[in-house]
Amino acid sequence: MSRSNIALLALVACYAALPLFGGSYTLRLGTIASLYAILALSWNIVGGFAGYPSFATAAFFGFGAYTSGVLQGHGAPLIVGVLAAALASLALASALGAVLLRLRGHYFAIASLSLVEVFRELVNNATDLTGGGMGLNIPVVANTSVMGDATFFFYAMWLVLLATALAVSVVAASKLGFGLACIRQNETAASMVGLNTTLYKTAAFGLSACFVGAAGGIYAAWVHYIDPSDVFDLLYSVKPIVMSLIGGLGSSLGVAIGAFVYLALEEVVWRNYIQIHSGLLGVLIVGLLLFLPHGLVSFRGGFGRIWGRRRKVKNG
Amino acid sequence: MLAAQVLINALVLGCLYACIAIGFSLVWGVLNVINLIHGSFVVLGAYLAWGLYQSIGLSPWYALPVAAVLFFGLGYAVQRLLLNRVITAPVLVTLTLTFGLDLILNNAMLYFFKADYRKLILVPPMGSVSVLGVVVPVDRLMATALALALTFILYLILRRTRVGRAIIAVRLDRDAAVLMGVDVRNIYAVAFGLGAALAGTAGVLMALIFPISPLTSDGYLGKAFVVCVLGGLGSVSGALVGGLFLALIEGVGTTFLGPDHATTLSFVLLIVFLIVRPQGLLGRKGFE
Repeated sequence: MSRSNIALLALVACYAALPLFGGSYTLRLGTIASLYAILALSWNIVGGFAGYPSFATAAFFGFGAYTSGVLQGHGAPLIVGVLAAALASLALASALGAVLLRLRGHYFAIASLSLVEVFRELVNNATDLTGGGMGLNIPVVANTSVMGDATFFFYAMWLVLLATALAVSVVAASKLGFGLACIRQNETAASMVGLNTTLYKTAAFGLSACFVGAAGGIYAAWVHYIDPSDVFDLLYSVKPIVMSLIGGLGSSLGVAIGAFVYLALEEVVWRNYIQIHSGLLGVLIVGLLLFLPHGLVSFRGGFGRIWGRRRKVKNG
Repeated sequence: MLAAQVLINALVLGCLYACIAIGFSLVWGVLNVINLIHGSFVVLGAYLAWGLYQSIGLSPWYALPVAAVLFFGLGYAVQRLLLNRVITAPVLVTLTLTFGLDLILNNAMLYFFKADYRKLILVPPMGSVSVLGVVVPVDRLMATALALALTFILYLILRRTRVGRAIIAVRLDRDAAVLMGVDVRNIYAVAFGLGAALAGTAGVLMALIFPISPLTSDGYLGKAFVVCVLGGLGSVSGALVGGLFLALIEGVGTTFLGPDHATTLSFVLLIVFLIVRPQGLLGRKGFE
């Protein structure tokens, strides 16, 4: 396992201590931070490792939220709902991925983006099951205090984050991660040397949807009310990309840090400029892409170069 | 009779869809950029028509050239100043950049115009005509005719003018065009400007028919996606065929399955087309 992945796991582990320091507002932010990190790390499997520009995150986030929401509405406990959301997302993404991942570049981007629209409309129209545009109420677990509730959901989300970080680290160090890197660099060549590219891409897509679905499941239980335009918001697809761009594509540690940095920026903007927050978010995105195209990692590049040069001198 | 009405409705709506999609298709085909700001340009065009009519009583017919000039300038500037800097970057970067720009423009519209739905109401109203039991509102008919005219003007620009031929040349083979002395950065900006001008003028036409609100931009963008993929990228005829096909499918779907499923149907169609026939109905790469 690489040093950066060990650092990632250490970061996630330290993060579990947050409830010792903060009140319910801090815990709410902490839960969102975990959620964002899950989305970004998951997206990074497809977008960073394999280099496929996926905009499908919101589709599986919403799908997971509704799977768990509907099950809980029928009396299932949270854990069952979340596990079902994760497994159903995994199965659905694998089935869809086998077909969609034949497309490349712009066509894949459009297809994955359309997936969000299709899911939203389907949920909107299945009024009997999902409540349609009226949304879905998820029952509140009785006898909990505000703090108890906040702590519970913080740890629930944190557990999914931990699972995501572990899975990402294992993937990065495994044959699957190597195969995905080959696909990113030259898919035709990878398939020529005998790599089953369809299988690898499908596995990546399924894996990335699995944790997103679980996070959506917890989100639904946490906010107690979801509606299609909320959980199938295209912003859930774009935010992980922005976080990954902040942190630097492909690096799991960078992506997780990018998620935290992004949340900090978003919260500051949201708190102070509510009326123009989405416009400022746009300014942030545009500025980032124009001036810092490789993310925060570009700063590290400076040190890396110096270090590399010194070593070369020593060797020479 | 019902079939005839559905057909006429689809014909009218299809030309409008084509008009929305054609600028999007041009930008995608020539610049290789999925331009997510397109829907907001359409809405901004609609606000322009509404504002001009409310404030100085300028009829939407005369607002068309105003919108064309203003939006061409806006699009040219956006491309020249912002998009050209990342034009060679992968799709992820260009797409996310236009998403960011869309957030800015949409938020600005929400801030200045509010989210209330507005309607441009012509005084006196134009009424409707009825032929053999098929009823069509006159304003819709006019908008359709103008949409067709705009589409034809773009066709002429691409076909007959020097700059149009240069756009096609860049679309077919960028490197060869550079070697022939085409200033690619300028051509990119002109193509994006044309795309924006088409979006803006389409918006003026939409103002005649549909309510105006910043929240409607996603719907227009979605139509542009579907039409582009159905018809085939970057060609005028492709967008026209795609627009008519989409309107027909939606019309039939709405009539027989109910209006809830029209959008689902169109996006499912989009995904099926992407997988089965990604070059679209009239897919001949880069030929105009």
